[in-house]
Amino acid sequence: MPDIRIRGFAGKIDSPNPFWLASAPPTNCAEQIMRAFDAGWGGAVWKTIGEPVTNVSSRYSATDWNGLRIMGFNNIELISDRSVETNLREMAEVKKRYPYHAIIASLMVESKREAWHEIVARSEDAGADGLELNFGCPHGMSERGMGSAVGQVPEYAEMITAWVKEKARTPVLVKLTPNITDIRTVARAAKRGGADGLSAINTINSITGIDLDTFTPRPDVDGKSSHGGYCGPAVKPIALNMVQQVMADPESALPLSGIGGIETWRDAAEFMLLGCGTVQVCTAVMHYGYRIVEDMAEGLVGWMRAKGFNTIEDFRGLSLNRVTDWKNLNLNYKIVAHIDETKCIGCDLCHIACWDGAHQCIHLDRITGPVNGPVELHPTPSDNEARTRSSITVTPVTRKERAAANADQGPYLAPLARIPRVDETECVGCNLCSLVCPVTDCITMVRVNTGLPAETWDQRSRGAECAVQPQRS
Amino acid sequence: MSTSTLPDDPQLRERFTEIKPPLTPQAATIEANRCLYCFDAPCTAACPTHIDVPGFIKRIASGNLRGSALRILDQNILGGSCSRACPVDVLCEGACVMHQQGRHPIRIAQLQRRAMDVFLASGEDLVTAPPNSRHLRVACIGAGPASLACAAELCRQGAKATIIERRPLPGGLNTYGVAEYKLRVADSLREIEMIRRMGVEFRFGAGIESAEDLKALESEFDFIFLGIGLGAMLQMNIPGEESDGVMNALELIAAYKTGRLRELSGTVVVVGAGNTAIDAANAARRLGAETVYLLYRRGESDIGAFDFEYEHSKQEGVQFLWHRQPLAIRQDAHGLLLLDTVQVRQVDKTLLPVPDSEFTIACHLIVPAIGQSPIAALMRDYCQINIREGKIDADRDTGRTSNPRYFAGGDCLNGGREVVDAVADGKRSALAMLKIAEAVYA
Repeated sequence: MPDIRIRGFAGKIDSPNPFWLASAPPTNCAEQIMRAFDAGWGGAVWKTIGEPVTNVSSRYSATDWNGLRIMGFNNIELISDRSVETNLREMAEVKKRYPYHAIIASLMVESKREAWHEIVARSEDAGADGLELNFGCPHGMSERGMGSAVGQVPEYAEMITAWVKEKARTPVLVKLTPNITDIRTVARAAKRGGADGLSAINTINSITGIDLDTFTPRPDVDGKSSHGGYCGPAVKPIALNMVQQVMADPESALPLSGIGGIETWRDAAEFMLLGCGTVQVCTAVMHYGYRIVEDMAEGLVGWMRAKGFNTIEDFRGLSLNRVTDWKNLNLNYKIVAHIDETKCIGCDLCHIACWDGAHQCIHLDRITGPVNGPVELHPTPSDNEARTRSSITVTPVTRKERAAANADQGPYLAPLARIPRVDETECVGCNLCSLVCPVTDCITMVRVNTGLPAETWDQRSRGAECAVQPQRS
Repeated sequence: MSTSTLPDDPQLRERFTEIKPPLTPQAATIEANRCLYCFDAPCTAACPTHIDVPGFIKRIASGNLRGSALRILDQNILGGSCSRACPVDVLCEGACVMHQQGRHPIRIAQLQRRAMDVFLASGEDLVTAPPNSRHLRVACIGAGPASLACAAELCRQGAKATIIERRPLPGGLNTYGVAEYKLRVADSLREIEMIRRMGVEFRFGAGIESAEDLKALESEFDFIFLGIGLGAMLQMNIPGEESDGVMNALELIAAYKTGRLRELSGTVVVVGAGNTAIDAANAARRLGAETVYLLYRRGESDIGAFDFEYEHSKQEGVQFLWHRQPLAIRQDAHGLLLLDTVQVRQVDKTLLPVPDSEFTIACHLIVPAIGQSPIAALMRDYCQINIREGKIDADRDTGRTSNPRYFAGGDCLNGGREVVDAVADGKRSALAMLKIAEAVYA
């Protein structure tokens, strides 16, 4: 049975599993966090503690997609609106009742050494297992010189991290903002400042949408809105990229708690494959509740068992060296699309996608006979469509007519005329058709042996350089 | 000229609640989002009017309901009634690629209805070319779907179209013949009102009774479109058929839909097993008949009705008497009808009575529903057009008959199909006439 317990993350943080709640509304108070631990969460980063704020209403907005709710989520809520005393008193209580769970105090105070020293001491006295410095919050607090206002300036980030480290006895994690050209600049600063670990990413500056009747962007606060922080499934690819950037950079790399659109064990495993030791979740819990952690833990364990991993360390970072610069990719690797006619349902989305969005090499010519070659040799999608639209169709009203209509379907699920074919001589192996195909494993990308040795752009351009310049003797 | 509606009848409304109630706005959006947006979609190909199904569905998903309705109306001016009356299982929804994945097909009819209901309720007029901007005047005989589609397309493109109808209300079978739980009279008339506002002229109570009537039309119009449907319902040719208490299926349906028949009781026997027979049997149940038999001379697997219609009638409580044929109708002393029947079995292609299998059904109403006679023969004599197998013989692409001034579409041309087939026929003829007129006046 694989073991997903966390031991000594960022030095000395333990938790029963790598699934932590991110500092956010689901970790607002002790009552919530204790229910979350009961549901199976391994740790919680307390909703950021600092001088209490006054929040606005409304606070959240979302991007829906094709009828599905919350592809992306946006908030303009500030840090905790409860007093430091209340938060820390409750933290002590939770730590007493749940000694083996990880409780991290997320902190944000004004940029004064004494202020940081004080909050660090009080948090640790309350029993925090670690500290997370909120240098990422992109809205509101940044206008007051905190949050991402710190996280966007490497010098500030380094200075405050160093102040905190002067005092801290527990591991110090710096939470990075993605709202910066290169996330590594601040990661490096945090590392220089002595941080024990990092959390990434915080939310991304966003306007989720505009009400087309009132013209007010969402969320609407009395006719006005403000840019917020974007999170949820939509940001995962951005987060993964930044996680990779940080972990692949020796000057940045530290124990990393991955954040950004994590909703399932699959998401979590991907963050871990890029080097994260723990993961943090917020939006998915705000959408579905704490209960989602059950499948996250079960699924991760199941996947580890199937892959033969006993601990998270067995696979953490395995994919890191699979990311490289484009110039190092093999130019002689060739794949082409293959359509499985037994699985095709005849939607012809690959046909139109290839013609309008790719390289015009998927054709409807299984009946007329295959023709390979450039675009001019083939009927266009419009030609195909026009033929259908000008045909005369009648309702099969008799049993005989209905039987006849069903009879000429051919041996496959879809009529042969609707099953597209890939002209492999023109296919560039871009993947687009396999991405639009709604049927699992219907379009696969098949490797073609070019007979050429692997060669990268880097090698080719250097070879060209050598060829052009006379060799020095 | 008015296409005004009938008074609302709460009892009718209650007894004939719709079998497919409309989707809520949110359910429609969710359903619309399920659509894969197939290219050159099979549903569009399967539709006789080739409605751009993915196109109108994606417009529903985006909240562009007006655009969705206009997209439907581009191809099918009776998009509202078709969304209710079409046997979509054998048309668009039957062709949906979702079947190939073992998933429920997109509820295309329900989505189409959603878009059309919103548009028709808005009362917006369709944009047409300026009236009479084309030198083309056409008379459409019969106010059923074929003529309506023909006339609407003509008006849309600036020609003049006049519909000649012998009955007081327009719509043909849409108004008088489609089961009320699928298509309500009011909905049929609301759709036709939109067509009237496009500039189509209606002349009601004007039957074509003689060659002279047609001659008069020929002098007034450039072309005549025959959208005359089929003839009277076929007789069973058994003794006693003229008795009171025998009422053919179309008569029964028209009577209840127009409020002339509001209640039935006792036992009703419907003879036949096509879609109209099913409609009549279901109607009899909903009108209050305790027992409704559907009597058919062949077996369950031979019925003409669509499978879903047959299943529906079972749910309505209709009982089936297979392999049984009517022999005679008598009346007993109390006014009850006595229908003598006999079991038959098929030997090769003939049906032979089974000895000693006669029995008599005492009932209150007998409803023959064994098909309609061709009306086309009359037209052959009136206007010299060729008839083949009881159907008007015309060019398939244009509906033009052997008499070049006459076009035809709908049941009189195709022998009896669906509303959507009639719409496709009517529109094709209109486009052909416009093309000819353009060539003449170019």
